[in-house]
Amino acid sequence: MTPPTPTPILGLRLTPMPLVRGGWTRVIERTFVVYRKAWLVFLTGMLEPLFYLLSIGVGLAALVPAFTLSDGTPIGYTAFIAPAMLAASAMNGAIFDSTYGVFFRLKYQKLYDVMLATPLRPRDIAVGEIVWSLGRGTVYSAAFVLIMVAMDLTSSWWTWLALPAAMLIGFAFAGMAMALTTFMRSWQDFEFVQLAIMPMFLFSATFYPLATYPEGLRLVVQATPLYQGVALERALTTGTVGVEAVGHVAYLVVMGVVGLRIAAHRIDTLLLR
Amino acid sequence: MPDPTTAPLVRARALTKSYGDFQAVRGIDIDVAPGEAFGFLGPNGAGKSSTMRMVAAVSPVTSGELRILGLDPATDGPQIRAQIGVCPQEDTLDTELTVRENLVVYGRYFGMSRQRCRQRADELLEFVHLADKAGGKITALSGGMKRRLTIARSLVNEPRLLLLDEPTTGLDPQARHVVWDQLYRLKQTGVTIVLTTHYMDEAEQLCDRLVVMDQGAIAAEGSPRTLIEAYSTREVAEIRMGVGDNAVAADKAEGLAERMEVLPDRILLYADSGDAVLEAVHARGIRPQSTLVRRSTLEDVFLRLTGRSLGE
Ligand SMILES: Nc1ncnc2c1ncn2[C@@H]1O[C@H](COP(=O)(O)OP(=O)(O)OP(=O)(O)O)[C@@H](O)[C@H]1O
Ligand SMILES: [Mg+2]
Repeated sequence: MTPPTPTPILGLRLTPMPLVRGGWTRVIERTFVVYRKAWLVFLTGMLEPLFYLLSIGVGLAALVPAFTLSDGTPIGYTAFIAPAMLAASAMNGAIFDSTYGVFFRLKYQKLYDVMLATPLRPRDIAVGEIVWSLGRGTVYSAAFVLIMVAMDLTSSWWTWLALPAAMLIGFAFAGMAMALTTFMRSWQDFEFVQLAIMPMFLFSATFYPLATYPEGLRLVVQATPLYQGVALERALTTGTVGVEAVGHVAYLVVMGVVGLRIAAHRIDTLLLR
Repeated sequence: MPDPTTAPLVRARALTKSYGDFQAVRGIDIDVAPGEAFGFLGPNGAGKSSTMRMVAAVSPVTSGELRILGLDPATDGPQIRAQIGVCPQEDTLDTELTVRENLVVYGRYFGMSRQRCRQRADELLEFVHLADKAGGKITALSGGMKRRLTIARSLVNEPRLLLLDEPTTGLDPQARHVVWDQLYRLKQTGVTIVLTTHYMDEAEQLCDRLVVMDQGAIAAEGSPRTLIEAYSTREVAEIRMGVGDNAVAADKAEGLAERMEVLPDRILLYADSGDAVLEAVHARGIRPQSTLVRRSTLEDVFLRLTGRSLGE
């Protein structure tokens, strides 16, 4: 151990510290610093939906004959499924970040306790986490949309709105997932999340049209958030946008905003006790 | 308008903290003056951390009045937290960041410029003798190094008021002395320090004034010296008897000292001259296995006030 050397630097600051504006950007900045060292992990996140798309596009599509959309437009199976993959991957990315990631930082890493000892507020944390998750999802979704265009799987200028739509889906799921995470007691509780995601992924008109279902079941499917996302993306990339799209957007916005507010409130009650 | 140079930085009146039905802090009054080093001395569960967390504006007050830097934590939490430094009882370093990044990123939470954060990080790493670990991982640090880094982190925003919850618990004696030296130097620069400890030597070394806290209440208050003068004698004679002989010896020694404490492993005899007491002990035919004469410490004050020793 070196002998202590006098340091003149530890003086008193006489002017009060100005408050942090946009504290949430500081939360994101930290995540950036962490990911700067783990960019490979960042990139591999992009691969999963692409693998799905390719395996289905190359393999499954060969077995399924082309069919027509509800308005009579003929469409290849890969083009039918691609927007659903886009929606599902936006959901998965958001949920992953906002469940496991948030729970780890909340309960184990105590990161939020540290942040709340500074001028940052619970809402800065909630917003920062969700915006990060959104930003990451946007990069993935953008790559996905570009590949769809390159593979000629889109048939409309509406396609360019598929990216903002994917961001909206990410926002909705991130908000809700973060809110739910604040109620989780242990890692076991996340089984319930998986239990909800898996059937949603399989049955939200992802792999076949909604019309396949009998009337009653259709309503159940339509009530799920992933269906809302899939329907929105499919309308955009296939150019079959109707007034329902407004409903899909409204559903997802409300889900995200409500989730965000609950999450911020819960972080407050959990940590500032 | 109160005078900013003497107005207390922390002021509490009838302050309480409850968790559900359990009352952890039971109505305490404190005033911490600018430039002072103020300590909470008390055993496990005394309510030290509960009090510190309220003062750090991260735990809402249950009842009573609390002002930090003249501000109310219920309404001005972020403003308070911007101006204080906090070293929590448990190390909460960011394990996904390097040693230096821990300081830089923390500074950014306070809204400091990137350049200032980097500069500050380097100064502080030097200050706590961790400059050679700057690029290393947190998990590669020893317990003492982590503690020093946590203390460095609490200084990033150049706080006026520094809150340290058991700054040296778990450190070896040498590392504790390093930390004490650093805290002493901070105090010299005018930083106000509030710390908790259950080490009486730490309280004696660092605190201008302290409160002895027990079961959520303040049992006594004063400087280490005044507390010792008020609640103990100048010297203490300790005698150790064989197993089971304590009670008999205590009966025989009755009246020899101003006060006597019978602990499981030894008997403490309080008097102005420990040697004189020991002579008297021998004269009464008591034959201890070993004896020791020492000056009174805060440990004795604590024993007197609570009937228990600090370690219990
Ligand atoms: N979040 C909490 N919920 C319920 N009870 C709590 C909580 N935090 C502390 N307590 C209780 O309050 C009492 C005081 O705890 P506190 O942590 O303030 O003590 P302390 O003096 O810091 O002790 P130590 O020396 O062990 O750190 C203890 O009985 C503890 O069990
Ligand atoms: Mg404590």
